[in-house]
Amino acid sequence: MSPDIRQEHRLLAAGPDADWAQHLAAFGPWEPQAAATGLLEALAAAGLTGRGGAAFETWRKATAAAGSGRKRLFPARPVVIANGAEGEPLSFKDRKLLAHAPHLVIDGQLALAAALGGAGMYAYAPAASLNRVQQALKERPGATKIRVVKAPDTFISGESSAVVNMIANGSALPRDQRRRLSEEGLNGRPTLVVNVETLAQVALIARYGAQWFRQAGTAEDPGTRLVSVSGPAPARDVVLEVPGGAELSAVLEAAGMDPASLSAVLVGGYHGRWVPPAAHALSPSGPPDRTVRPGAGVIHALDRQACGIEVTARIVGYLASQSARQCGPCMFGLPAMAAVLNRIAGGERNARLAPELDRLGRLVSGRGACRHPEGTTGLVRSTLEVFAPDFRAHLSGYCTGQGGAAA
Amino acid sequence: MTAHLHIDWTSCDGRGLCAELLPGVLDRDDWGYPVARGKAGRERTDVPLRDADREAAREAVHLCPKLALTLVERTPPEPEHRMPGR
Repeated sequence: MSPDIRQEHRLLAAGPDADWAQHLAAFGPWEPQAAATGLLEALAAAGLTGRGGAAFETWRKATAAAGSGRKRLFPARPVVIANGAEGEPLSFKDRKLLAHAPHLVIDGQLALAAALGGAGMYAYAPAASLNRVQQALKERPGATKIRVVKAPDTFISGESSAVVNMIANGSALPRDQRRRLSEEGLNGRPTLVVNVETLAQVALIARYGAQWFRQAGTAEDPGTRLVSVSGPAPARDVVLEVPGGAELSAVLEAAGMDPASLSAVLVGGYHGRWVPPAAHALSPSGPPDRTVRPGAGVIHALDRQACGIEVTARIVGYLASQSARQCGPCMFGLPAMAAVLNRIAGGERNARLAPELDRLGRLVSGRGACRHPEGTTGLVRSTLEVFAPDFRAHLSGYCTGQGGAAA
Repeated sequence: MTAHLHIDWTSCDGRGLCAELLPGVLDRDDWGYPVARGKAGRERTDVPLRDADREAAREAVHLCPKLALTLVERTPPEPEHRMPGR
């Protein structure tokens, strides 16, 4: 695998701030009804997975919603929600996509809704993106029936049941889910909450087909994905479109960083994990020593001067503060984890602290309406692994300020 | 036909009645909330039950002061590999 990365230009091909005319000039004419024919089969052949974090196969999700709508005594019309809530503080690719390619997102939503036999449609996005979406909807002929809902700027506002809850009740908190949203979501209707980048990819597959989609990426991780890359100065925050299965080190280089100068990289955001900067490829599946799940495409590099324990303690404190405070294990467990991590970061020399952190993580995992507890636990667990030398140093009373594990 | 006990964490208040009625299935955590014994991941929210525990689980569902429990008779999951659109 060569270290240099071929930057792809698919999603943003219409150029900056593309309007309807520029969009059509770049991507060609568009007929959502025509695009809907055979779309689910094309998505299956393309192997498109969600770009919002969970990496679930899009066709499977869509087929489940179509099926459960038909199975009922009174068939229910499904709902497709374009999810542009980007609660991850280190994520900015959806904002960029909605700023420059809102029409591609809308195309994908129209096609998917048509493929589900005329589903209801909502666009859900934070205030910063909302105007652009509304402007794009006005630009298009036959202004569509997409209703626009503002997402609050909270970490969990984009969690799929929170999205449905916000649209239904004006409260962006996750809901208890006895049944999947694809069976019973908004107003009891089969509901698809789809990340905006996923919808843009749907639009491209609808236009150019599954074969074309697979020309980028690998067999296991076909197509491209947007990544939000940030790191120590002088590296600037950038959004890159990279092929599936891309090497992490190549992505860092493309963003203007030298992997050798880094101690560790946070991949997948605050619910992701720390990995050493070399040896990992970005892919939703694969062995954990060679692949790391991109999640929603967040890549955040840490230099050798920073203390990984301190950085993670800050993040876990934030995650604890972002608990919806509905579920006990999360409401009490996350602040407890943050407190223990802060004590370690602050230099308390107590050999019991790290095992206690591990115990708390195991305790809260899998016990909540959403996956905030296990997401937080995964991050903490990777901190204990990747920064093991730092934990040992802190225990002996000093801080290396170097992610020694990556050396 | 396996049943499982669904815990609605948004309703659960950690009163602990369920753990008393199902001591072999549920333990309690530091704050009094139920923890499924020997289970990991989402099986701690949808707790698989042995037939022998079903009656006690039914009782827990009825007696939970927060109505946080549901007994779910799981239907066998659909086969994974269906063609899309069928």
